[in-house]
Amino acid sequence: MGALSSLPLPFLILSFLTILGALYVVTSKNPVHSVLALIFTFFTISAHYVLLNAQFLAVVNLMVYAGAIMVLFLFVLMLLNLNKESEPLKSNIWGIAAAISAGLLLLVITAAFQTSGIAVMKGNAEGIGLVKNLGRVLMTEYLVPFELTGILFISAMVGAVLLGKRDKSEVVKSEETIS
Amino acid sequence: MLTIFHSLEISHYIYLSTVLFSIGLFGVLFRRNAIILLMCIELMLNAVNLLLAAFTEYMGDVQANGQMFVFFIMVVAAAEAAVGLAIIVMVYRNTRKTDVSFLDQLKD
Amino acid sequence: MNPIALILLFPLLGFALNGTIGHKLPKGIAPWIGTLFIFLPFVITLGQWDILSNDVEATIKWDAYTFFNLDGIIFKAAFTLDRLSIWMTLIITGIGTLIHLYSISYMDHDPNAAKFFSFLNFFVFNMLLLVLGANFLMLFFGWEGVGLCSYLLIGFWYQNASYGKAARKAFIMNRIGDLGLLLGMFLIIKNYGSLEYSDVLPAIAQGTGGSVLLTSIAILLFIGAMGKSAQIPLFTWLPDAMAGPTPVSALIHAATMVTAGIYLVIRCEALYALAPIANEFILWIGLATALIGALIGLRQNDIKKVLAYSTVSQLGFMFVALGVGAYTTALFHVTTHAFFKALLFLGAGSVIHGVHDRQDITQMGGLKKMMPLTYITFLIGTLAISGFPLLSGFFSKDEILASVFHHNIVAYIVLVIAALLTATYMFRLLFLTFHGEFRGTDYALKDVHESNWKMTTPLVVLAVLSILGGVLNLPHYLLHTDGFLASWLRPTFLIFENPAHTDITTEIILIGVAISIFLFGFIYSRSRYITKNMSPEQSTAGIEKVLSNKFYIDEFYQKAIVRPIEFLGDILFALVDTLLLYGLTFSVHPILRFIGRFNRKIQNGNIEYYLLYMVGAIALLLGLNLLFA
Repeated sequence: MGALSSLPLPFLILSFLTILGALYVVTSKNPVHSVLALIFTFFTISAHYVLLNAQFLAVVNLMVYAGAIMVLFLFVLMLLNLNKESEPLKSNIWGIAAAISAGLLLLVITAAFQTSGIAVMKGNAEGIGLVKNLGRVLMTEYLVPFELTGILFISAMVGAVLLGKRDKSEVVKSEETIS
Repeated sequence: MLTIFHSLEISHYIYLSTVLFSIGLFGVLFRRNAIILLMCIELMLNAVNLLLAAFTEYMGDVQANGQMFVFFIMVVAAAEAAVGLAIIVMVYRNTRKTDVSFLDQLKD
Repeated sequence: MNPIALILLFPLLGFALNGTIGHKLPKGIAPWIGTLFIFLPFVITLGQWDILSNDVEATIKWDAYTFFNLDGIIFKAAFTLDRLSIWMTLIITGIGTLIHLYSISYMDHDPNAAKFFSFLNFFVFNMLLLVLGANFLMLFFGWEGVGLCSYLLIGFWYQNASYGKAARKAFIMNRIGDLGLLLGMFLIIKNYGSLEYSDVLPAIAQGTGGSVLLTSIAILLFIGAMGKSAQIPLFTWLPDAMAGPTPVSALIHAATMVTAGIYLVIRCEALYALAPIANEFILWIGLATALIGALIGLRQNDIKKVLAYSTVSQLGFMFVALGVGAYTTALFHVTTHAFFKALLFLGAGSVIHGVHDRQDITQMGGLKKMMPLTYITFLIGTLAISGFPLLSGFFSKDEILASVFHHNIVAYIVLVIAALLTATYMFRLLFLTFHGEFRGTDYALKDVHESNWKMTTPLVVLAVLSILGGVLNLPHYLLHTDGFLASWLRPTFLIFENPAHTDITTEIILIGVAISIFLFGFIYSRSRYITKNMSPEQSTAGIEKVLSNKFYIDEFYQKAIVRPIEFLGDILFALVDTLLLYGLTFSVHPILRFIGRFNRKIQNGNIEYYLLYMVGAIALLLGLNLLFA
């Protein structure tokens, strides 16, 4: 880790912010704060994408994750009225156990990468991550998976609607109790 | 590619992603609110996405296969979030709780 | 399509149809399906008759399927229709059709008629498999299938516990015999490397294999035949098989099952012709069976039991014929016996039906006025089995007696006594059932009714066959040449020659003896049960008590075999089961419970814990992979 100082400053700052945001997500007691911190983390990851020549990915990440999915989370939080610091935290033993498990996995994965000996990046050709190139690849090479994701989305949508719908009998029952 | 990144190695992204992934994992293990759990899973998925984008750069892949995978992971994540949240709403409706500690019916 | 395939297919199809959807069909359809699917093979088989009769060497073959090839020994489903098997097939399907037709009416009120017909069809299918098979393997398949079906059918009214026991008894007795058959087959494989008749039998006929080997194979196969054809000591299941519905008894006793043993011996003629010791064994077993069956039949008061012991006795006659090497004669007696025994059983069924499910002849008498058709046909059956001149039984039994006479005079005398007893007990049965005064106490004579046409048609057909059956193999002194059956079967035998013909004087003496046997039996029974008007004996003392209790053979088996085995079982239960197994298992479970008390906490159903385990396990596996990669 002594090599940290030799790294470019923008990368260091971005990585620092990313990790900070992620840590706030998991430690914040208020769920709404967690969501906001996660959105912030996604922004920094998008910045990483720009650095990695994946410009379109950066935009999509912002739109889909930070925009759509996180708003959905926020919406559900508000709907269920969980925006207070209502969650009882787990005991310290749980914290230690979780930290040990996660740390163990971190250790093992890093150790695994250490032995693989991967070197400097080759770098991409210009315009690889732009929508023109990506669209072409998506519509030729990845056409079948692309269509399949459409089916996946439809089934997910149907599933979500079906799960969210109240049973008819349940509705009748609750109406009876009201009247 | 920006010239300042010539000194950057793939291993740095690997460390960053692994740290993010482990933080997400820690969150999954530590938190009890089911919605936060889902958010931590999103964080873990994003760690993987970042690594895939980094590997695309590392390989100098003209097809951008890694970035393609990121798209598909996003799709799956979106679907997962939709269904997962629907399940949580359902559970909340029945138990008035989103606390996973109380969901101990698996043993039956 | 190969005709053999068709012959086998229809009964199987009937079994499948009636067994699956039979009970859903409109009432009355299933029995007709069952009957039709036995009648069709009969017609098909008749159609093949010409092919076989035009050419002496002709056989129809069908190699259906090869199961596996074991180091050169090929196990396959192969079938052949030669002159012997077509004869058996015609008996099975012909008599089978009549019995099916009869059953339609007999089982009319039974809610499980479809199941009954399904079993009947399967029974016939297995019997056809047995006689059409071109190797011992197919014979064994059919052999076991017939055993299974007899179990199912004897125990058809399984709600009655004693019927279920009778079914089990039949099955177990047969299994004992099957073991002999199986061991015989093992010996054949070991020494001849094949199970095909076409390989094994010519090899034997050409003198391969020493006399010890041949005798052991012959005796082992005969033990199988003993079980299936109810010979001493494995005969006790057959009278108990009366538990099944009467048509089943007719099918078992006349067309199928018990004839399997005879068929086996005739099929292995080359083997038995070269194993004289085995032949003597068969002869004396047959003689003992014929005599004991007839003696027991004298004092039974159940109409079906009398007929059952009569079958045991007649099977003894057939084995006597086989023992002296008169294979054609044995098959002739199988044929005529199939006619008149089916007739007698169906007649008995008609009587039982007419008097509302009573079988005790002490409660009958004088039924001939109410059931004239049944009476006349039953009378014909009785005359045929007793050897009334010119009826079918007269010729076949006379042939057996003649061949035994030339072989061994002592055996001849014993057999004459058995034949005498046959006439006596059959007329006793006839007189007690149909003649004299009505003795029923718990029902009235006017309740008795004649059966309908579906039951009487088979009776009439069988009665005609019983009268005319003799023409199938008329004796030499009438034709001055070989009988039809003798010349028909001649090409199927490898060694056997039709016996030399006796001179006319001896023949006349033999016929005189046969007729006097018949007359004696008739006159004795008549004087006892009609002239003196005696009611059936309540045998309480002396030899009669022994007879009515069937020589206490069942009791003897119970004491000598079943009890010791039960005793052994009790000891094993006490020592091995209770002490060892229970002791072990009961000492294991506290340990498991102790471990489980801790393990239980792992499976607490809470998803968080499961997640933690999962992550830990992944870390562990990755770490191990890293360490040992």
